[in-house]
Amino acid sequence: MAEIWNGFIRAIELIISLDPEVMEIAGRSLMISVTSALLAWAICMPLASLIHFNRFLGKRALINLIQTFYSVPTVVIGLFVFVLFSRAGPLGGFNIMFTPAVMVVGQTLLITPVLLGLTISALSGVDKSIVDTARSLGASGLQAAFVVVKESRFAVVAAVVMGFGRAISEVGVALMVGGNIKGFTRVITTAISLETSKGDLELSIALGIILIIIALAINLALNRIQQRS
Amino acid sequence: MSKIIYRFLGLLVLITMLAGLGGCAGAGGVEPLPPKQRLRVATTTSLYDTGLWGYLEPMFEKQYGVELDVIYAGTGIALEFGRRGDVDAITVHDRAAEEKFIADGYGVKRVPFAHNYFLIVGPPADPAGIKGLEPEAAFKKLIESWKGSFVSRGDNSGTHAKEKSIWKKAGYDYEAVQKAGAWYIEGGKGMGPTLLMASEKQAYTLTDIGTYVFYKSKLELVPIVDKGETLLNVYSAMAVNPAKVPGVNIDMANNLISFLISPAIQKLIGSYGVKEYGMQLFVPGDVAGTK
Repeated sequence: MAEIWNGFIRAIELIISLDPEVMEIAGRSLMISVTSALLAWAICMPLASLIHFNRFLGKRALINLIQTFYSVPTVVIGLFVFVLFSRAGPLGGFNIMFTPAVMVVGQTLLITPVLLGLTISALSGVDKSIVDTARSLGASGLQAAFVVVKESRFAVVAAVVMGFGRAISEVGVALMVGGNIKGFTRVITTAISLETSKGDLELSIALGIILIIIALAINLALNRIQQRS
Repeated sequence: MSKIIYRFLGLLVLITMLAGLGGCAGAGGVEPLPPKQRLRVATTTSLYDTGLWGYLEPMFEKQYGVELDVIYAGTGIALEFGRRGDVDAITVHDRAAEEKFIADGYGVKRVPFAHNYFLIVGPPADPAGIKGLEPEAAFKKLIESWKGSFVSRGDNSGTHAKEKSIWKKAGYDYEAVQKAGAWYIEGGKGMGPTLLMASEKQAYTLTDIGTYVFYKSKLELVPIVDKGETLLNVYSAMAVNPAKVPGVNIDMANNLISFLISPAIQKLIGSYGVKEYGMQLFVPGDVAGTK
């Protein structure tokens, strides 16, 4: 138990002293995961709208399939991305293996199902009467759809934050395709994995606490937004 | 209302940019416009866990103006990274696998640059009573006495290959050993974590001496078997063959190998950790008499 207390003290020390290595790792974690979340949002918003506003055969099955992929293991995505982007793989020509770029690709892939599913739910959650009102005021189908998208925005932001949370907390993809290279692809989770394997539990705990603080800050910001709405 | 959303997105972008700045500052501030070239080297965990690569990396980067990306992995996956063209050079310690790698055309040349020895470490009480035996005899007693457990790397690393070869020399089929009972634990971890696990379980394990000495203060394990010629551990460097694997940064990979065997660096390898741990972790160069 002493480790947890010492880890806590160490975390506070590292944060107050703005330890350059820890700050760099935390910054990189944020950058990669925020990029992944925004990228996934850019993919999911139009895709979710397409699925939600259209009636087609197998729609329910498709949504079920998307929801199944919520729980795809991170190492499976890591393996898949490794096989794709390894120099000998079909997308090896991009030459991005063991770079932050491939980590973004992997994390985006990882969180896309969650974001897609939640965005569809967000769109479904919009009050039906809003569509009726819009239509009765003479809005076209497309215009009514835009009204729905606009109304769903808070739930969509919540979905993006959820995706971000899954991205920043995963270690499978980051370790497998990033390689945990010091000063280049090392992020908080892979650093924790390495420090724990070195037996440096205090630093691991400190990094874990920093990760939780980041999550807390983002959630507080989100709550503020939702309260104001 | 949408203002708030924009504000939130703006905040995210700001954080990202700040993080980017932080990253750059961390990487060393102002950089020349053409981005530095990168050299990727996959290394066995024992050279990484001991901190040797962390020690040598800045010197190499400074000398050649290159970013060195060190990826730690067991020998098995390190060689696979080489075969797939994901790294330019490899430093590992499994001679048979290295020779196959070269024979298959993936590696240019095997260049030994350091060596040390393997040890069987275990709980101070030595429940199986194998202290001081030859490694083969120790393994035989371990499997037959059913006293004490053994943590295997179980990850196709160089150390794992060494363990398998000792079982073979002791007259056991490795598959039979794997099924021999609950005392035989396949950890599936790097060298450092395997030592921590063995200490936690008060089990025996096979380790290179460098990693053991580096982790010693965190372990309740003592050297049990430390003699026998099977226990020799040679680290070598290989550049990936650009003729077989396109896109390899062969010039810089060759620079790395020249760097490792240069007299100045050899001397540093030999003295690495001596002050901190009171003993030598790596002996520079190959072993006299063997190739």
